[in-house]
Amino acid sequence: MARNPDADNAPVKKEIESSTSKYDAEKAASFKVVGSRPARPDGMDKVTGKARFGADMVMPGQLVGLILRSPHPHAVIKSIDSSEAEALSGVKAVVTRDDFAPNDDHADVLYNIMAREKALYEGHAVAAVAATSRAVARKALKLIKIDYEPLPHVTDVDAAMSPDAPVLHDSIITRGISPAPTKPSNVVARSEFGHGDIDAGFAQADEIIERSFKTAATHQGYIEPHACVANVGADGMSELWCCTQGHFHVRQVCASLLGIDVSRLRVTASEIGGGFGGKTTVFIEPVALALSRKAGRPVKIAMTRDEVFKASGPTASSSMNVKIGVTKDGRITAGYGEFRYQGGAFAGAPADFGAMSAFACYALDNVKTEAYDVVTNRPKGAAYRAPGAPMSVYAVESVIDELATRIGMDPIDLRLKNAAKEGSKSSYGPKFGSCGLVETLEAAKAHPHYNAPLGPNQGRGVASGFWFNFGGETCSNLNINADGTVTIAVGTPDIGGSRASMCIMAAEELGIPYDKVRAIVADTSALGYNDTTEGSRVTFSSGMAVIKASQQAVTEMCKRAAMIWDIPAEAVTWEDGCAKPSGPNAGDFEPLSLAEIAATAGKTGGPIAGHHEYNADGAGVSFGTHIVDTEVDPETGKVDIIRYTVIQDAGKAIHPDYVEGQFQGGAAQGIGWALNEEYIYGDDGKLQNAGFLDYRMPVASDLPMIDTVIVEVPNPGHPYGVRGVGETGIVPPLAAIANGVSAAAGVRMTELPMSPPRVLKAIDTAKVAAE
Amino acid sequence: MVQVTLSGTIQQAAGGISTLEIEAKNIRQLLNGLEKQCPELKPELEKGSIAVAINGTIYRDDWFQPIPEDSEVFLIPRLAGG
Repeated sequence: MARNPDADNAPVKKEIESSTSKYDAEKAASFKVVGSRPARPDGMDKVTGKARFGADMVMPGQLVGLILRSPHPHAVIKSIDSSEAEALSGVKAVVTRDDFAPNDDHADVLYNIMAREKALYEGHAVAAVAATSRAVARKALKLIKIDYEPLPHVTDVDAAMSPDAPVLHDSIITRGISPAPTKPSNVVARSEFGHGDIDAGFAQADEIIERSFKTAATHQGYIEPHACVANVGADGMSELWCCTQGHFHVRQVCASLLGIDVSRLRVTASEIGGGFGGKTTVFIEPVALALSRKAGRPVKIAMTRDEVFKASGPTASSSMNVKIGVTKDGRITAGYGEFRYQGGAFAGAPADFGAMSAFACYALDNVKTEAYDVVTNRPKGAAYRAPGAPMSVYAVESVIDELATRIGMDPIDLRLKNAAKEGSKSSYGPKFGSCGLVETLEAAKAHPHYNAPLGPNQGRGVASGFWFNFGGETCSNLNINADGTVTIAVGTPDIGGSRASMCIMAAEELGIPYDKVRAIVADTSALGYNDTTEGSRVTFSSGMAVIKASQQAVTEMCKRAAMIWDIPAEAVTWEDGCAKPSGPNAGDFEPLSLAEIAATAGKTGGPIAGHHEYNADGAGVSFGTHIVDTEVDPETGKVDIIRYTVIQDAGKAIHPDYVEGQFQGGAAQGIGWALNEEYIYGDDGKLQNAGFLDYRMPVASDLPMIDTVIVEVPNPGHPYGVRGVGETGIVPPLAAIANGVSAAAGVRMTELPMSPPRVLKAIDTAKVAAE
Repeated sequence: MVQVTLSGTIQQAAGGISTLEIEAKNIRQLLNGLEKQCPELKPELEKGSIAVAINGTIYRDDWFQPIPEDSEVFLIPRLAGG
């Protein structure tokens, strides 16, 4: 929240439009389009191969850009000699750290996209070339001479926190510790949250369980590698086509790194083949622009899968301690957690979000969480759905499950007894507003899945999870076309069917059929700034902007009808897609449809449009509860997911198919995170499984049909009651599956992924201990 | 007067103080008051890495959001998402 400290006595009364909106229960009771399941507008292009993704753009004279990456996990870059590469026929440009001026606003981003004094992880970019062919570009990379001085490295979070660990940055002095340390370390920050007196709380407990947990770093696993085409013109006007979750953010950062005016860079978001948070930052885009500027020709860079694993942004790995106390009748008396996350070579591991989310499902009198953001010699992490929450919730929900067993209480009943609800003080501070955790737990308990019989070697797990959600800067335009159709321009890339949801909301407000409305994702020159598609914000905030823009257009159409009828505008109302006299006193006129008003717009004042710009607040938190049945092969340790049910509060499902899709996607990714996915580093600090053959993501044959239950507790901060649904779905699976596997295997699993060797080892260790 | 509760790294940056009383009727006045009362918080505030929760609603950037009397106000890390 950067600000100008001037003018301390700023106006209190808001003269700008409120950033929150009130839920309209009356309207919600009579939805005609909201809640339906029409085909998505981008569906045909996607299934016929016509959709254009990041690598599909081709510009005349386009060059191939390739990036040279460090083979060392940690090394001083003593010198770079690119003279031979530059002299190679067909090479049009080479860029290194010398082609990017220091940038205080985005220092870490700059360092990450092109190494400076040191290479900080295997795969860190150190130079890039643009050439007339891939073969020439590859040859040129081999001709660049880098003089490295290898340094000791560290990739494990606990090892990186050790006082004798190799230090990545001399500039990192741990924040959040008083008094401040005097020496640099790999611990970027310590954060603390909570309230009450945990010592007193634990003293009240009849049972206390304390355990340590670890989770591996995983990748979002989006199917489309990062790709972009940059074109810097001779006059400095630049364009960038890229797959991203936030093209406005890309524009801001790239313009800053390249030292150009924002107005001279136009960024267009391509269709996107998955993001899940991993495409909320820049990696190759500034490099492509720098190459294009130097070469004077368009440059395309497309990452290989190997590069995606080694040099984009996986999520954090974690090491955690959790302690929870409970009375015999199931009241949680205290909760404590320490969450240590490594987020790669730069600050920003989402440890604080993990600490804030860990106990969010519970209304506790005594709770304390501590978070440590740690750097290591790994690629800088990026967001991944509900960043930080799945790991900490895995630890807490595992202990909750074990406590339920210990006191002989149903695990859902234990959660219900302590569940956060409206008015509860959250574990991270503020009181919760309206929220639906209790409703998801009650729906879970009533679901047939919960009481279905289990077979041999099978176990059932349950877990709940939470995510904050937020709104953010948003801007949308809506145009009424002369033929009565409507086009919407939004600035939030569609990663989950949001264009369909925008069309539904506009159709609802305007009173016209869904298929009369089309939505596009506009480029950065066509709209005001929009925050990135992240934080489960798009259906909430872009949707609200579309609703407001629609209402503005309706007001204008009523005004045009009033002009035609020669009555006051206030005497006209909008109903079922038509302007009508508001009552007998207004006059006796046949209703004018949207199409009729649009057809004469040129004669009644010109084009009719609506727009809305705001900074959305009031997103409304989201809770979910998952049930999963697992089967463990005691001979091999292999885990099969037999049955899975997701129950989550959506506030209001605008397009239920895409809400269910988000639920299922979160569960599927969580299954991979829980069972097999893992960044594996060797002692040499190098990633050993940078490809889908060795990095084991679940495929369709690994997954059961994932059932969904949409709970709708309206968000009071949205006119339709919408809550974000994109992230909460990945929070409970790690814990739910771990609880299921622990039940099936008869041993508590405390480390992810629960790959066959790890499960088998746990079973064998437990057998030995029992003997 | 608004009683504001600090959390995360902000709390330690303020020397371990968990609550402060600030004369403020909107978020901008709150942040400026915090900076005056706790100059050591200035680097944290300038980083723009905080959000303000007023009666349970989290505001990431909204200087002129009113803070009603007797509101529950928290300074928390600025949220990000995937």
